Amino acid sequence: MTLATQHDSGQSSLPAAGSAAPPRPPGAGPASAPATRIAIHNLTVHYGTFCAVRNVTLDIPANQVTAIIGPSGCGKSTVVRSLNRMTDLVPGARVSGEAILDGENILRPEVDVVNVRRRIGMVFQRPNPFPKSIYDNVAYGPRLHGVRDRDLDEVVERTLRGAALWDEVKDKLHQSALALSGGQQQRLCIARAMAVEPEVILMDEPASAIDPIGTLRIEELIADLRATYTIVIVTHNMQQASRVSDVTAFFTMDEDRAGYMVEFGPTIEIFTNPRNQLTEDYVSGRFG
Amino acid sequence: MLGLAGLAAFLAVLPLAWIIVYVTQAGLPALTLDFFTNLPTPVGVPGGGIINAIVGSAITVGLGLLLAGPVGTLVAIYATANAERPIGTVIRFATDTLSGVPSIVMGIFAYTIVVLPQRHFSALAGGVVLAFIMLPIVIRSTEEMLKLVPSSLREASLALGAAEWRTWRNVLVPAAWNGILTGLMLAVARAAGEAAPMLFTAFGNPFMSVSLDQPIATLPHTIYIYAISPYEDWRAKAWATALVLIILVLALNVAARYVTGRRARKLGTVTR
Repeated sequence: MTLATQHDSGQSSLPAAGSAAPPRPPGAGPASAPATRIAIHNLTVHYGTFCAVRNVTLDIPANQVTAIIGPSGCGKSTVVRSLNRMTDLVPGARVSGEAILDGENILRPEVDVVNVRRRIGMVFQRPNPFPKSIYDNVAYGPRLHGVRDRDLDEVVERTLRGAALWDEVKDKLHQSALALSGGQQQRLCIARAMAVEPEVILMDEPASAIDPIGTLRIEELIADLRATYTIVIVTHNMQQASRVSDVTAFFTMDEDRAGYMVEFGPTIEIFTNPRNQLTEDYVSGRFG
Repeated sequence: MLGLAGLAAFLAVLPLAWIIVYVTQAGLPALTLDFFTNLPTPVGVPGGGIINAIVGSAITVGLGLLLAGPVGTLVAIYATANAERPIGTVIRFATDTLSGVPSIVMGIFAYTIVVLPQRHFSALAGGVVLAFIMLPIVIRSTEEMLKLVPSSLREASLALGAAEWRTWRNVLVPAAWNGILTGLMLAVARAAGEAAPMLFTAFGNPFMSVSLDQPIATLPHTIYIYAISPYEDWRAKAWATALVLIILVLALNVAARYVTGRRARKLGTVTR
């Protein structure tokens, strides 16, 4: 598989310090029974009276890439947005159920959202770098969380190397991030999320607004990052899901347009031997 | 149809050009270097200037900006953050109403709350009334600029674990800063030209004063005093003072646009 060879070719930089896990070929499923990073139980999200997602129960495995696929409007984005409490920003949104991270239900209203968002980072559909320099984009999170100015240079360099962006931007760190290409901007946004050293990175269709070359770079990066991070990626693109993910959850909509999870399992199983007819119809392109 | 629109555009630009040409013609003869550096002289004594009014306008407008700038920016942030709640609508309505209050009424109001308790006219009262005049302009222009900042930036900052206030301070306000600055300049330009409220507050002063506690001369008020006088010499000075006022406001605007434009090109921030 091209992705694995590119990953092993040494073109991409080292992942952030502290990771020792050897690269695994994506799509092969868990090497051994992996620990669960986030245990989602009966997650239901309402926007006003509209039920966007119903009764999702899903164990996000640690240090793996979990893909969430399904037709438009099936609540994929809502699920990931509720995990780092971005749903708090939507007036009228109600989230019920549990998402257990290290024994704590992070969906409870009393939970410190700053801490949750620090531990569970997010990359959005469209690149959204701040209108600041490349350096200041990466340094934004660490500054928030109290990294001292004299340590910032090192954090920024390490993070950009980890995001395989260092060689492209090292000579223009203090130029505007908005001058980068779309793909580079998105990788900068991934670096910005990595800089606060989260345990989980949520990606909401991270490559949907990016050209094919940029998409390839992002997929390579995701393959690199799963040694260090737990990644959840929402994608419309089934080829992408099969290329980058270890496990896949397939979502679809009920008659009342509420999203629900149909099937969850190793990516290779979902794509080659799905148990559910709906999954088979979707991955074979017969619907959606 | 397009010809009619073109004609309308011409008619819209005409007054500005006409004013500038006319004021320049009428004001230029009296505009010497001494005019910028000397104090006014009594009628008939040649060579007087308006340095006291230039300094006075700088002080009162500066004070107004100091009062209205931060408050107005904070109000705009609050209104933008609560745009969909009733309080946002209330603020917008109140701001629009405030900007519709005639400046002479503002002047009487400032007279009542500052001049009467103090028992004398002062630069402070002038600054306060200019702050009232600037406040709605600052609020509305800042709010418009903040609305242009994409909500994805707010999401990005919050998703990194930033608190709401830090998101405003470190991302959203800086992203809109050029536009905010342009709004402040608009407010300054408007305040610098106000003569009517100065009659009740700063009052005017033929001598140099830099004290906030004393009456102070301002450019528009000086124009008023000179223009209604029966002396040919003073009326010429009124035109010259008008020219100085126009030039100063124009220079301020050009400078602000230059500075913000350079910053906008560098960082790609929102601009007007």
